[in-house]
Amino acid sequence: MRRSILLASALATTLALTACGSGEPSGGSTADADASAKPSASGSLTVWVDETREAAVQAAAEAYEAESGVDVEIVQKNFEDIRADFLAQVPTGEGPDVTVGAHDWLGEFTANGVVAPIELGDKAGDFIPVSVEAFTQDGQVYGLPYAIENIALIRNTELAPEAPQTYDDMIAAGKKAGTKFPFLIQSDGDKGDPYTYYPFQTSFGAPVFEQNDDGSYRPELALGGENGEAFATWLGEQGEAGNLSTDISYDIAVEAFAKGQSPFVIGGPWMLEKFQDLDLAVDPIPAPGDQPAQPFVGVQGFYVSAQSKNALLANDFLVNYLSTTEAQTALFEAGGRPPALVEAADKASQDPLVAGFREVGATAVPMPSIPEMGSVWSFWGVTEASIISGKADDPVKAWDKMVSDIEGAIG
Amino acid sequence: MSRARYKGAVAGSGTFSGAGFAVKLVLIALVDALGVFGVLAAWRAGSWGILAATVALLAAANWVYFTKRSLPLKYILPGLAFLLVYQVYVVGYTGYVAFTNYGDGHNSTKEQAVDALLVQNERRVEGSPALPLTVVESGDGELGFAVVEDGAAEVGTAEEPLEAAPDATLDGGAVTQVPGWTVLDRATVLQRQDEVTTLRVPVSDDAADGSVRTQDARTGYVFQPVLEYDEAADTMTDTATGVVYTPNDEGQFESADGEVLPVGWRVTVGFENFATAFGDDRYAGPFVKILLWTVAFAVLSVVTTFALGMFLAMVFNDPRLRGRKVYRTLMILPYAMPGFLAALLWSGMLNKSFGVINQVLLGGAAIPWLTDPWLAKLSVLGVNLWLGFPYMFLICTGALQSLPGDVYEAARIDGAGKWRTWRSITMPLLLVATAPLLISSFAFNFNNFTLIKMLTGGGPRFDDASVPLGHTDILISMVYNVSGLDGSAPRDYGLASALSIVIFVIVGVISAIAFRQTRKLEELS
Repeated sequence: MRRSILLASALATTLALTACGSGEPSGGSTADADASAKPSASGSLTVWVDETREAAVQAAAEAYEAESGVDVEIVQKNFEDIRADFLAQVPTGEGPDVTVGAHDWLGEFTANGVVAPIELGDKAGDFIPVSVEAFTQDGQVYGLPYAIENIALIRNTELAPEAPQTYDDMIAAGKKAGTKFPFLIQSDGDKGDPYTYYPFQTSFGAPVFEQNDDGSYRPELALGGENGEAFATWLGEQGEAGNLSTDISYDIAVEAFAKGQSPFVIGGPWMLEKFQDLDLAVDPIPAPGDQPAQPFVGVQGFYVSAQSKNALLANDFLVNYLSTTEAQTALFEAGGRPPALVEAADKASQDPLVAGFREVGATAVPMPSIPEMGSVWSFWGVTEASIISGKADDPVKAWDKMVSDIEGAIG
Repeated sequence: MSRARYKGAVAGSGTFSGAGFAVKLVLIALVDALGVFGVLAAWRAGSWGILAATVALLAAANWVYFTKRSLPLKYILPGLAFLLVYQVYVVGYTGYVAFTNYGDGHNSTKEQAVDALLVQNERRVEGSPALPLTVVESGDGELGFAVVEDGAAEVGTAEEPLEAAPDATLDGGAVTQVPGWTVLDRATVLQRQDEVTTLRVPVSDDAADGSVRTQDARTGYVFQPVLEYDEAADTMTDTATGVVYTPNDEGQFESADGEVLPVGWRVTVGFENFATAFGDDRYAGPFVKILLWTVAFAVLSVVTTFALGMFLAMVFNDPRLRGRKVYRTLMILPYAMPGFLAALLWSGMLNKSFGVINQVLLGGAAIPWLTDPWLAKLSVLGVNLWLGFPYMFLICTGALQSLPGDVYEAARIDGAGKWRTWRSITMPLLLVATAPLLISSFAFNFNNFTLIKMLTGGGPRFDDASVPLGHTDILISMVYNVSGLDGSAPRDYGLASALSIVIFVIVGVISAIAFRQTRKLEELS
């Protein structure tokens, strides 16, 4: 009986091996044959992108394939998944060689040792300074920037022919236009939206973290104190006056503006495709405080994995192929995000709307990429929302509690 | 069944003849094919644990299906295999992670952390020029760099610092030929890219001048390492300050005065995660509130959905009702919708100023459905009722239809009224059939993360707490938040695993007690 089991197992396994035989081993030998016949096909480059950049990166990849004979494999992923997947997969060796990403992931990426620095050399000067700054940490550049995103004031020129100079001007112009809302700014319900509200906050002189001379941040909170409290008081007043509301979500704001229910909306270039029927202008955000209203700048770029087996290919591809005007322009056309390369940005700025966003971006500040920022967001937004909605009776007290809570969370 | 008949049956199915055996052979062959493929893939990836497990499972499958002595196992094995892979392994791995410090800053192995620290701390010498670079090879196969500095060519290797090579040919600013060296073409460079990227060619005999390296084999830069790793002593040394960092128990390099280097690695930390889970004062207050709400939410969800489901099932079970099938189909619709989508839709419909409920149904009322602590809890329960009653409706309908008619007849003869019949016959019999499902429904709702995350996100926030938790947070969404998986804190998978084990224990204990209680019910029937 024992023998019959062995016999049957052997029979089954042989069958199985014969079945695989046509696929597995010969697959390996063809690869070997390829490698010996064409020495240039050594290694392939894996690049993670999301769907809005796939076509543009593909075009650059084809140019690179033609020159070097290397396969570039483009893997499309959801943008939201890339950050966590990159962190989890690079250490296992399963990660990509290059991934697209936002600059504010940098702090987490370096703390976990998953990205390698890249040397832009003299090419660094070809980029808009804030974009390279954003990818710089401790004097090292960790990403090739390709796009700069920031918010600005989008104005419906039919309803408001003049760009407002101050916040009060804007409210007055909005009321004069007789539309349903004097101006629109989005908020994610009771979670708030500190990103979109940030220019108002900076105009009171209360940036989130202290900034070093080279533009990087250090984890010391700067949003408290007198200036922060003045901003909190202003939020409370505006909420009471009905100019700010936490119920206006992104979708509601975009829809209302598209319907002509307000002459102004504070938002980014990603909104524009919904406003194609309107005559628009893009202006600096009017400041309610006495300092300029600086929005956050977000920079998109490409990172190289610290565990890449093809580091040379990856760097070559980024520094010499994705930094060209053609590649950066193609990325702009595919995703609509204003380019980070000066030459490509000049080309894109022929569109007055792009130029408008670029002008606002030039005075903006990079979003902090230090890991401590993660602890700030969740307290920040909720506090702003509760001040605006009037849930917090005393804006100053609520703001001070937020500051001490964040300090507790940062530790 | 007599012993003889049993033997005969087994022998009939187990002989080497017949179509049945052929089918079995083909099926096992397929399983083996998949297994061998898995073994090969594991071999190539170097995953020895997976390889061993696959071999063991494969051997077990072959033994079980070809021996005559394992009839019960033939039925259980597939389920057992999946149980091992999808449950036991996952639970075991979670248990393992709970005792490590896996998370932000401790993401990987020590080897990779050392690599990352070294690569992050190799700095370009300030003011050094960009050098057009060519990769060259000496007669004995040693790689070197030929660079152009101020129009003059220089060649060097890892051992020999850069030296002037006046007889080199330059073209387009880069070296194209050097006597005594072979210039490597692009394809060869790419093939040997590991050697090229790790090659450091010293600028001079003095190590303090730095060394040339390249990342793209086109341009070289002079770099100077800030950190140096001594493999024998297992220490990191800062070349500028001379500070020595040694590995500590936390999986980080630490200097004598307590300063740590940013990139760490994963180590086991014993019960530290469990201590953290219960040791942080900031969480003590919210934890009690959240625990109470979680239990209340799970119990109320089961009770409300069961009550409504059972009521509807009894109504639609009445033969006097016309068009029962149409109604029943309509009733099941909410069940057919994906839960996360429904929760998202509801959160839009319950928006205070723009939601359909307030705007259309309530004529413009501004009821804070999701932003008032009590109304938010009510909304969560209401939406869960909408999502959950079809399931209860289905199981109650099934159970009602299988109740024996004769007991009802007996009850009628005994003169029992409708209420009495329902209380003494329908209800107990229904509970016997559905109690295990109610317990599993409780366990499910206890961890109903999707609903909370999509509907309220845990909000509205506690006003008096210093942590980002809210009135509708349940334990599992609290874990998600505390361990930073939502991005509001540094990610800590170790802590998350430890907390989920705590939740598992709570759910396990409650379920065990509940099952013990239901055994009493079974004695009824």
